[in-house]
Amino acid sequence: MASHKKDTLSKTFVVALLLCVVCSVLVSSAAVFLREKQNANKALDMKKNILIAAGISTDNVEAGFRRIKTQKLDLQSGELEGAVDPTKIDLRKMAKDPTQNLMLNSQQDIAGIKSIAQKSLVYLVNDEDGTLQKYILPIHGKGLWSTLYGFLAMDKTFSQIEALTFYEHGETPGLGGEVDNPRWKKIWEGKLPFDELGNPIVRVIKGRVDPQAQDASHQIDGLSGATLTSNGVEHLVNFWLGQNGYGKFIQKMRGSAL
Amino acid sequence: MSFDKTVLIKPIFKENPIALQILGICSALAVTTQMKTALVMALAVTFVTALSNMSVSLIRHHIPAAIRIIVQMTIIASLVIVADQILKAFLFDVSKQLSVYVGLIITNCIVMGRAEAYAMKNGVWMSFFDGLGNGVGYGVILIVVSFLRELLGAGSIMGYPVFKLASEGGWYTPNGLMLLAPSAFFLIGFIVWIIRTFDKSQIEEENS
Repeated sequence: MASHKKDTLSKTFVVALLLCVVCSVLVSSAAVFLREKQNANKALDMKKNILIAAGISTDNVEAGFRRIKTQKLDLQSGELEGAVDPTKIDLRKMAKDPTQNLMLNSQQDIAGIKSIAQKSLVYLVNDEDGTLQKYILPIHGKGLWSTLYGFLAMDKTFSQIEALTFYEHGETPGLGGEVDNPRWKKIWEGKLPFDELGNPIVRVIKGRVDPQAQDASHQIDGLSGATLTSNGVEHLVNFWLGQNGYGKFIQKMRGSAL
Repeated sequence: MSFDKTVLIKPIFKENPIALQILGICSALAVTTQMKTALVMALAVTFVTALSNMSVSLIRHHIPAAIRIIVQMTIIASLVIVADQILKAFLFDVSKQLSVYVGLIITNCIVMGRAEAYAMKNGVWMSFFDGLGNGVGYGVILIVVSFLRELLGAGSIMGYPVFKLASEGGWYTPNGLMLLAPSAFFLIGFIVWIIRTFDKSQIEEENS
């Protein structure tokens, strides 16, 4: 089928060039025309995930999100730096940018994430009357196959966990993927993550937690068949509640609450 | 050229790209844990095969043989990116679940196989229907596999619970294997077996 006429060098170049022009116009116009809608989707998705962590109905995302105030946080000083628009801040990009991140050494890096952004966000959840109810902290860390991204909701005195949710991960469905299981997430509610000195001591143990045990309030049932994912969750919670994560901020908040 | 509707029908049962040609298996394993993702994936692949076949056929007399494959790839890749962008804009949740697999339609053997084997030699409309038929043929297998995987693995269909799960006080203990990739292999194997039981012409001759 290949005739000689169409195989000259110049024809090859012309066809290749024309094809590239047509295809690039097609691809870039699709990207440009749909960008606004895509960004709106992304923002809506993020707000929805925060509302889920806050335990607020997601039927009307915008209305629910009015109860949430977002503050920028400097992780090293533990100081809040004022209100920000959460859709404008990309923590993942900041964690990779050498001018905006903190490298973790192997001792600090129990969550397996190598670097974190210097700043983070704190979501303050108010009830309908505007009284502060709880704080939501973005967290992430390595499981078995993937990095798990989620939110940890703490009560306003930072003594107990209100909720732990993950909105993105690639763990095995049915095994590590059970981090999404509502019954497992419920186990986290009311757990006390700190010891007397304020160090995070969450343990995800194998099997079931004996409610009579002395440490039961720090312990979580492991996910059966998913030891490495369970360990990953334990490490990432302890990391973010520790000195390299939100520790300084939490100490400040607890100090002022006492 | 008169319209030959076997072009459209054949790839669905008789010459199914997955069951007979054993193409496109990797994505068939990855996206069939739920019917919703399988359905969207089937639509995306059909969109890409139909349009890529059509475009390749449209310029088939002008494609220099030396860069034939690259030209096909460029067309396919562009269409896949457009499909991905559309999904991200209008079906955000599903596109998040499909993640990289939409992008991987580019490497789906069905798309390029049809462009090279059919669209390079046939007219525009016939190529379009050949692509459509192959996309649908791929989709049919995906939907059958995902139906069984979701039903047996999670007790639901299209996300609606059908079997009440033991963990929620019902009677059905989900089969975890169904949610893992190997189960799709078994299911596709069974489908191939069933099809070949009824259609002996698909059985390859043994080289003894």
